[in-house]
Order: sequence, then structure tokens, then C-alpha cells
Amino acid sequence: MKFIDIANETYSSLSANKVRSGLTMLGIVIGIASVIAMVSIGNGAKASIQSSIEGLGSNLLTIIPGVVQPGRGIVSSGRGASQTLKNEDADIIKNIDGVLYISPEVSSRFQVVANGNNTNTTITGATPDYMSVHNLTIANGNFITDANQRSIGRQAILGATVATDLFGDQDPLGKTIRINKINFNVIGILNAKGGTGFSGPDDMIFVPLSTMQKILSGMDYLSMMAVSVTDKNQMTEVKNLITYTLLEKHRVDEADFSIISQEDILGTLTTVIDTFTLFLAAIASISLLVGGIGIMNMMLTTVTERTKEIGLRKAIGAKKSDINTQFLSEAIVLTFIGGFIGIILGWLICLLVTSTGLVQTQVSLSSVLIAFGVSTAIGIIFGYYPARRAGMLNPIDALRYE
Amino acid sequence: MIEVKNITKTYKTGDVEFNALDNVSFTIKDGEFVAIMGPSGSGKSTLMHTLGALDSPTSGTYLLDGKDVSTLSDDELANIRRDKIGFVFQAFNLLPRTTVLRNVMLPLVYAGVHGEERERRAKKALFAAGLDENHFHHMSNQISGGQIQRVAIARALVNNPSLILADEPTGNLDSKTGEIVIGTFQKLNKELGRTIILITHEQDIAEHADRILFIKDGLLVEDRTTHKKRIVNYDK
Repeated sequence: MKFIDIANETYSSLSANKVRSGLTMLGIVIGIASVIAMVSIGNGAKASIQSSIEGLGSNLLTIIPGVVQPGRGIVSSGRGASQTLKNEDADIIKNIDGVLYISPEVSSRFQVVANGNNTNTTITGATPDYMSVHNLTIANGNFITDANQRSIGRQAILGATVATDLFGDQDPLGKTIRINKINFNVIGILNAKGGTGFSGPDDMIFVPLSTMQKILSGMDYLSMMAVSVTDKNQMTEVKNLITYTLLEKHRVDEADFSIISQEDILGTLTTVIDTFTLFLAAIASISLLVGGIGIMNMMLTTVTERTKEIGLRKAIGAKKSDINTQFLSEAIVLTFIGGFIGIILGWLICLLVTSTGLVQTQVSLSSVLIAFGVSTAIGIIFGYYPARRAGMLNPIDALRYE
Repeated sequence: MIEVKNITKTYKTGDVEFNALDNVSFTIKDGEFVAIMGPSGSGKSTLMHTLGALDSPTSGTYLLDGKDVSTLSDDELANIRRDKIGFVFQAFNLLPRTTVLRNVMLPLVYAGVHGEERERRAKKALFAAGLDENHFHHMSNQISGGQIQRVAIARALVNNPSLILADEPTGNLDSKTGEIVIGTFQKLNKELGRTIILITHEQDIAEHADRILFIKDGLLVEDRTTHKKRIVNYDK
């Protein structure tokens, strides 16, 4: 049997019962569309989280006091509780090869009063290098200078969100704010950075590190150090060098600090999102499976309905394989067309989701190809049994069938 | 040339064995018009299935044009049916929702004949079966019972088979239309020299053949030539 004849037969039998073919196809359409949509939304979410983490600086190493418990992740670290990082550590690390900038930091929450508004926010003691390490830009005024740092100055720089919260539409530059009942002069406002999680620089007020340690908190240790590395490819070596240097400096065998790279954070989050995407895709796949069973059901009904026709075709010379091919191609064409429509529908769903602005979805070529492959495979798998039954029919029984 | 030698077909139901055909032997020469008669349950359907290569006998040999058909596989039997046998059935002869022409072309699809040649041969067969050209593109459910059987005959002819097997071809037709259909068979036999085997339980229809084989309880009980009835105006 030639390809054109099979195509002809398939077309005429599928178009003979358009409603039934359409409804059966709908199962595949919905299945494929939901798989495409779920995977694309997952991919979009992953890409947006990746880009916002990379926005923090992909060449960033974060050194925190205490040991990160394996399996408990970065969230439940001993940060703040341990007091093992000192200002001298930062001075030593600064001289290590491959370290571009180092930003020793102390963060703590304080009551802030300004312009009649009262708020509780994170105050970060920082050095001039903070801006370079964290990729921040100043919107208005200046950041902390070395002079501020040396003189234990009472200067404050506001994050974008804090500035709006405290001063609204007014220009905060030159105004005075009270942090823990001490007056500070606002000398700069940062540009919004956005999308960096719960405690990004937008929500912070920055003061000189020396002022933070000597006046506000009264403690000489650091809550963290952020290190930017000259070359991204040297991350591991620099990390090892810092570890070695700090171990020697602290005169300990086991580290009393932890070094976390962006890759570690990215890796953890990527794993979480991948698992989530897989979970969504698995749920969507169930509808694809149900669609496949629908195809099988319809094909079995068709074979029973057309038993006499099969008998006739066999009587005039059709081989087992001819009948097999005819029915299998009907199932495959159904799933193939269903898969095609499903991809278009899934793509439209993605456009819709993107247009709401929640997630920037990404329909990847691979997910389209996989969807096509899967829908065709479903046609073959669920069409195989009915087609085999048709092919195996004994022509005598088939002709006698009432 | 059909040579049937000692053909037996046994069906088994549980422990009970039943011979639908019991040691049947006969020979049909090329160009003969033979009717096979018998009451229902006599084994004439089983004989037809065997002659039509739809089924294999339990024992014995069946030679069609010198080739032993009784021991072939399913696919080889399908090839024999495609190349050497044309079927005309009592009911459900044509594919529904399909044109007359496409119905007649169907055996050529399985034989792998090309598009234009297919149509040319199908039209030739339709003319030979006496169907008017303006019916060629009608759907198979838009034509009358007599015309349906003529289309079925055309389809049986289209592969130039050695043998045309007709299973109660007049069973669903009124006697006048039945006569016309039988007339078509006579014409094919006489003018084109086709070998035709007609299975029927009606004496009247069987008398149109050259020779009648009577089957009863699986045995060949009578083999006689007829005082042939000729239908004169079979084209009307």
C-alpha cells in the first residue's frame, strides 16, 4: 500500500466522523498544551530567578561566620550568632590574588525616625567598596567615603524603598534621620535594584562600618564579608585561598566560617525550581495519558464498527500489515494533529501568562520537539493494540459479523 | 484450472469433532460456469471459503492454476486472493461513503497499481459489468441494489482474476434484478471466458450455470451439467 493511499484512507475515515475524531483529539490537545505551558512557565520562573541572582554579582563570594549545616541550607546558618569574623580578616583577604573588592559588613535592625515617620529597618555598616561588590548605583548624592569611614561619621545612605517609605515624594538629601536615637545626615539615595529577595539593599539604610561598630551596635565583629573576584573562572581557587588564609589567621583546624558562592545559591534554587517544573509536567502528563486512552478507546470502537469492512478488504487482497498500517496511521494522525494544535494552544497560554506580567515564560524548541515526539509516540502506543486487533481479524469471521 | 482433491475441513467444539467438508474432490476447467448448491449447513460456505483462499482445509489439497493453496500462510493467501480471485458477496459489498469508482479501484490499491492505470482498469471493469458511466462518481449508497451488485462484479473483475466467486449474489435482490445480475455473469463467462463459481441455495438461479455441484452434509452428492437457461436480454 502506497503512502498516498494510506493518507487517503485515513482522511476519509477520520472525516467520516468529524465530531468523534475532534473530541478524541481534544484529549491530546489539552494534554500537550498543558505540558508545554507548565514546562514553559517553569523555565520562565527559573530564568527570572537566575537573572536576579546573577544581578547580585555572579563573581561574588559571601563569607559568613559560623558553619553552614549540611542539608540545612543557607537560610538556617549561624549568621549573627557567631563572632568569628573580624575587621583584620578583611584586611588580609584584600591582599589575596584574585580578590577585586572586599566589603566587610555588619547588619542589624534598629528603630528609625525621620520626617515624623517611625520604622524598623535593617541598618548596614559598610565600606566604600560595598557599591562595587554589590553592583549598586547611586541615584542622588554620594555613597560612604573613606573620610566618613575614618572619622566615624554620622552619614546615612538610603535604599530606594526606605527613602520612599520615610520621605514619600520629598527629596531626603540633606535631611536628618534618627537611628537608635542618634542623628544621621542623609548624604545619598541608591537606585532601586529590585528582585533580590527578602532583604535586598532597597530596604536598607547604610552607614559607615566604623560608625556601626563603635556607636550603633558596639560590637567589633562582622556579620559577613562579600568578596568580588577578578575572574569568574577563578572562583574555586580564590575560595580555597580565602579558606586557607582564614584558617591560618584564626589558628583553627576546622573552619569557623563559611564561604558561599553565587553558584551555590543558584544551584540550590535551580534544583528546587527544576523539581517543581517536573512536578507540574508530571501532572500535565496525566492528562496526556488520559488523552491517549481516549484514542485507544475510539480506535477499538472503530475497529468493531468496521469489522465487515475489514473482512471485505481482506477478501479482496489486503494483508494483515495493510490493515494494521491503516488503523495505526489513523491513530497517529489523530495524535499528530492533536499535538500540533496542543503546541499552538500551549504557546498561546504562555503568551497569556507572559502578558499578565507574572512570569516571563519561555517556550523552548526542545519542549516543542518533545511534545511532538510524545504525542506521536502516544499514537503508536495506544493505536498499536486496536490496529493489531484489526489486522488479526479472520476474514471469514469479519465478513459474517453482524 | 481448479483441482480439489480429498478436501476435509474439521471443526472442533470441545471434544466434539464435526466435518464441514468430508473428502470432497472435483475439477473445474478454465472458462466453466459452475454453481455450488446445497441447503444451509451443508458445507457450501466452507467450500467457498476454501476455494476463495479465505481459509485452509484440515487435509487434502487445493490446486489453483497448479499452485497448492492449501498450505499457504495468511499473507500468501492474501496475495492469492488479490491476484487470482474476485469476490461478489450477498450483502455489504461496497465501502460506505465512497464513490463507485474508488470502490472498484480498491483491489488495485492493495496490488500496488498506479493512479492513472488504476482508473483506466476500474472504468474498463465497470463497463464490462454493464454499469452506466454516469454512476461512476456516485456514492455507493446512492445507487440501487442491482447497480451495487454490478459495481461488486466490476470490483471482482478489476484484477483480471482466474476465478470469480459469487456468494449468493442475488440473495438480497428481487427476482427481476437477480436475473439481470445472473445475466451479467453469463455474459462475462461467455464473452470474456471468465471462470465463475456461483454459490446459491436456489435451484432456479443454479440452472443458469453450465454445471451444478450439490453439497450435502459435507459430501459432494451430485455433479451434473445443466440444460442451460440463457437469459436473452441481460443488458436491459
